[in-house]
Amino acid sequence: MNSIEQMNQLQGRRQFLRDSAMGLGSAALASVVGSRHASAASVSEGLHFPAKAKRVIFLFMAGAPSQIDLFDYKPDLHKQFKKPLPPSVSMGQRVTAMTKGKEQIVAPSMFKFAQAGSNGLYMSELLPHLSGVVDDLCIVKSLHTDAINHDPGKTLICTGSEIPGKASLGSWLSYGLGRMNENLPDFIVLNSAYWSGDQANIQALYSRLWGSGFLPSKHQGVQFQPSGDPVLFLSNPAGVNQRSRRGMLDLVKSLNQEHLSEVGDPEIQTTIAQQEMAFRMQTSVPELTDLSQETAETLAMYGPEVEKSGSFARNCLLARRMVQRDVRFVQLFHRGWDHHRGLPDKLRGQTKDVDQPAAALIKDLKRNGLLDDTLVVFAGEFGRTAYCQGKLTHTDYGRDHHPRCFSMWMAGGGMKGGIEYGKTDEFSYNIAENPVHVRDLNATILHQLGVDHNRLSFPFLGLDQKLTGVEEAHVVKQILA
Amino acid sequence: MSDLLSIVSRIVAFAVLLAVPAAALAADNEQPTASFRHDVRPILSNHCFACHGPDEAHREADLRLDVASDVDLQEIVDRITSDDPDVIMPPPDLNKPLKKDQVQVLTEWIDAGAAYQQHWAFVPVDDPSIPNVKSKTWSNQPIDQFVLSRLENLQLQPSSRADKRTLIRRLSLDLTGLPPTRESIHEFLNDESDKAYEHLVDRLLSQAAYGEHMARYWLDLVRFADTNGLHHDHYREMTPYRDWVIRSFNDNVPFDQFITDQLAGDLHIDPTNDQLIASGFNRLHLIIDRGTALPEESAFRNVVDRVAAVGTAFMGLTMQCAVCHDHKYDPITQRDFYQLSAFFNNFDGQPETGSRGTVEFKRGLQPPYLELPSEQQATQLKKLTADLAKLAPKVKAMQKRQVAAKKGFEKLGPAPEPKDDSVDGVLEDVSRTIAQQTLKSLNAAVKRLLQTQRQMQQRRDKLLLEIPATLVMKERADVRPTHIMIRGAYDQPGEEVQRDTPAFLPPMTSDSPQKTRMDLAHWFTSSQNPLTARVTVNRIWQRFFGVGLVRTSEDFGSQGESPSHPKLLDYLAMHFTQSGWNVKNLVRSIVLSETYRQTSHAQPKSFVDDPQNRLLARGSRFRLDAEVVRDQLLSVSGLLHSELYGKSVKPPQPAGLWKIVAMPSSFPSQFKPDSGQDIYRRSVYTFWKRGLPPPQMTVFDAPTRESCIARRERTNTPLQALLLMNEGQHFAAARHFAAQLLSDTTKSGTQQSGTQQSDTQRIVDAYESVTARLPTDQQTKILLGAVNQFRQVYQNDPELTEQMMPSDKQATDDGAEDEKVELAAWTMLVHSLLNLDTTKTRE
Repeated sequence: MNSIEQMNQLQGRRQFLRDSAMGLGSAALASVVGSRHASAASVSEGLHFPAKAKRVIFLFMAGAPSQIDLFDYKPDLHKQFKKPLPPSVSMGQRVTAMTKGKEQIVAPSMFKFAQAGSNGLYMSELLPHLSGVVDDLCIVKSLHTDAINHDPGKTLICTGSEIPGKASLGSWLSYGLGRMNENLPDFIVLNSAYWSGDQANIQALYSRLWGSGFLPSKHQGVQFQPSGDPVLFLSNPAGVNQRSRRGMLDLVKSLNQEHLSEVGDPEIQTTIAQQEMAFRMQTSVPELTDLSQETAETLAMYGPEVEKSGSFARNCLLARRMVQRDVRFVQLFHRGWDHHRGLPDKLRGQTKDVDQPAAALIKDLKRNGLLDDTLVVFAGEFGRTAYCQGKLTHTDYGRDHHPRCFSMWMAGGGMKGGIEYGKTDEFSYNIAENPVHVRDLNATILHQLGVDHNRLSFPFLGLDQKLTGVEEAHVVKQILA
Repeated sequence: MSDLLSIVSRIVAFAVLLAVPAAALAADNEQPTASFRHDVRPILSNHCFACHGPDEAHREADLRLDVASDVDLQEIVDRITSDDPDVIMPPPDLNKPLKKDQVQVLTEWIDAGAAYQQHWAFVPVDDPSIPNVKSKTWSNQPIDQFVLSRLENLQLQPSSRADKRTLIRRLSLDLTGLPPTRESIHEFLNDESDKAYEHLVDRLLSQAAYGEHMARYWLDLVRFADTNGLHHDHYREMTPYRDWVIRSFNDNVPFDQFITDQLAGDLHIDPTNDQLIASGFNRLHLIIDRGTALPEESAFRNVVDRVAAVGTAFMGLTMQCAVCHDHKYDPITQRDFYQLSAFFNNFDGQPETGSRGTVEFKRGLQPPYLELPSEQQATQLKKLTADLAKLAPKVKAMQKRQVAAKKGFEKLGPAPEPKDDSVDGVLEDVSRTIAQQTLKSLNAAVKRLLQTQRQMQQRRDKLLLEIPATLVMKERADVRPTHIMIRGAYDQPGEEVQRDTPAFLPPMTSDSPQKTRMDLAHWFTSSQNPLTARVTVNRIWQRFFGVGLVRTSEDFGSQGESPSHPKLLDYLAMHFTQSGWNVKNLVRSIVLSETYRQTSHAQPKSFVDDPQNRLLARGSRFRLDAEVVRDQLLSVSGLLHSELYGKSVKPPQPAGLWKIVAMPSSFPSQFKPDSGQDIYRRSVYTFWKRGLPPPQMTVFDAPTRESCIARRERTNTPLQALLLMNEGQHFAAARHFAAQLLSDTTKSGTQQSGTQQSDTQRIVDAYESVTARLPTDQQTKILLGAVNQFRQVYQNDPELTEQMMPSDKQATDDGAEDEKVELAAWTMLVHSLLNLDTTKTRE
């Protein structure tokens, strides 16, 4: 480490000390290690142990995709077509209000699965592009959650609790690890619901899913908008250009500085600094969202939807541009997976939205040398039932919510590639091997960033609040490279 | 690297040293020696109670340290001082090691005999004697004596009084959430009497804006909002409750009554409308819509949410921690939780919202609710309802006749071909004609009646949509049994429990065999209750100093912070209840204190040593709340529309925000901004969608209103800077202000006497309006220079100037070019003033 880096590190730490003295960073002392001005080098050392990943892209599939039709291959299930799910499997477990008291008739997947990659993992025909990068994927088939409905399910996976009011994963990282880029937010949220658009059953989202809960609100996710200003209130009003904006800020700065010398409150210094960052963001954000420098080949890789603002494809490309600029945490919410009826048709649409861009993102990160220290996560809030909801034919069926097992994948960021972990029973109903709770997933993500989930905490309402809550959580060591 | 590490570890050590005075800040320095209550207990609580505390199910080694019990004290000393990771307490995997000074505090306490005292917040409120202070010149008010006593112990002195301009801005913002007008500033400056300040306080306390401002903190606390917060996040209507809170503060309703009516307003004999509206407190929880969760699960969740609100609002305790198990830190057992929840488990209504498509649904209502029509609306509704009632049987009867006539006609069959001219044939044909005519006229009659009925229904629906209404509480006739839910699971009922209050607090006295929420309300407001008054005065204090005497105003339990001035807290609580829970009285005594009137200017060291001003050695300086930032803008620019009460309004926000989160079937799913004066109303009336509240509010740390919040964070972020720079209303207000500034000067005729003169005057006017102060000569000089620079920018760029003009000034004739440049330049100047740190700060 050269002396300039040492200086930078020290300065970062001094900044932290000032902050804590000013009561801003009542943060755990642990934050000393990853102060908000720390250089990228120190961050890779991690907060509690060496970090494998510096950044995360979380592709959140809101509405809960069907694991049986995408990842969790059950070749013998077709023999059970239209037969009742054996009670020995369902075991009287809780179902939703929609299918409570109704017969549970098995609906096998109509989609073909084929082996892909060097380990011959089975992938659905709906995911041809992801099948092509399967050697980079770590597919977990035994994820499970406590919630059976969308709102608590999403709130649990995003904030560690079903009850609103807790801090989201990204805000924990912002709080614990701090920013790596001085000109951009460190937690960015991108939303899309393209194929299903305005017509289908797209489930609601809530700003709490990227909120900061009890953490200071500066750690909350910043939503990028598909139209208008990408960041709220970014553009100057009509009649204000860079020049008049600069003139105005210089005036404000000189008056603020004079006031500072009179009043003595260092908070005024913070205001000056934040106004300067706002000014820099007016340049850095448009530069970030401007795709004119991307090659035609890159654009083609993400597929034709990349041309449309607000599409999942566009958001994947933006996510790559963001992590390239060291944005710590990018979360994409893609809605429209809630397929209670007419699943095959809708799933074709959803996977058409997602398959190519997600695979392109992995390839693009890889060729830019970013996949090694960027963790990509793909998951919904729960899975879907083996039994049918609504009409059942060989080519048309629906599935209800299923919290007991679902599939997700991760790539890069120190995960093993080309493997699957955990097994479900022959109905993809119960977990047969190696269960992974949502808490364990969150603990594992934190671990890859060098954070011990037991030690990243914030005192609120009498508890040392943690992302993984009060119950035990375990890092899934078996899937780490 | 090792050098670096040693530097780092030294810095860390330095940080710990820094933290020591911070810890001392929270300690009770009115007592010279370390006390169990404020020094020892917090350490035991944070480091030991999780395994050796109140929770019986998780108690290790059968050892408890939260109450005096038979323990081997030497063993404790040995364990906390050990080096052996297998022996040391707390165990390393708890990640809560004791610091050296903490070990010392514990050891000293054990050496002195390990005497226990109950947690400070659970003992009755004391009536402390007013301390003797050395300095007699500063103030003789009791609040100041308590504050000064602490300062004198630390060899510190209070700061001097703030100047009158600072004081009037501070008072106006603190009491009404609005800045002072220039007229009121001058009135105050010109009033040289001794009572000038006191009169100003009284003037402000009597303004309606006071209630609007005070209501806001209560609305955060009870999570008031305009949507349900779960799943579809549909619209809900409870604005009469919000208005009742505003009126209650303005009418200075005694706070015990304010609490009682919210907890149990519906249980008064013959309750008034206000009492019923207030009982809506019990309906402010989040609620899910039918068809996803199971109703029994939702009902349970609603009860837990209600009790959590009661815990935070009236007790300052995290009752909800005991849903699944005994509380880890506070002596709240799981039984305590469910006994308390039994008071709230008897709601007479559905646990989920439903009935989409009905007028009720469109009105955001779900039974039970209270209609609040005006007299005229009531008359209209009565008439419409009576007419509809009269019409309904007539329609039915006519339809019956229509059916009979149709049958009769059909029975006759079609006319034969060719025509039957026989007598029978003619008679039949005549009958057929008559039947046909009858059917035809009956068809017409039914059609007309139905049409009338539909019109009347539409008129009634339209009227209903306009009639204010609000959700209220209602008790079921037969009491629903309450059980302890095993591990907090809605479907795992254990032992049945009866309504009661937590065992560690004074018992409830009630003669009735079945205790009610009314009994509970009386228990909360009895002089025996140690929490209610303390929690309340602390939150009110917090509004005037930015931080409470107890910093964790949401948690007065074991894990909350100790009060900075415990005796002052008790003094305030005692006098608050003795005054008849008189809020204005309390507020008045706080703002009249010299403590409150100190200047917030200080040496930088003072800000570093005591960043949150816990010692009160200076006036507090903190950023305004989101609502005040916006309301101040509207007020100084002359745009504020100060109408009171009514349905929530939607000032414009960037397009597409709701679309990103709402379901197509959410009601409403799209944000439609209001127009006209409504968009300039105070922010307390802004529509609050829990799923995505207005960004103008949340960017400045307003909570989402999904859970009860007693204290807001205050951050300082680039997104806030962007909002103040670019948000539509902010910039439009600057332009509006500038236009006024220009026309005022034109009117007073000073423009003729030279630009320089009128520029200076305008700068003074604008600066005083925005900051309540006059610019210094230096500031005036800087601002004059800036105006000229802005003039240059816009003179050289007519296109840019044109873009800034409001639509009515755009593309007007060329002669107005100079005027446009002036407007643009002054807009930028006002805009700059509105972006100053001092503008968004209460000083």
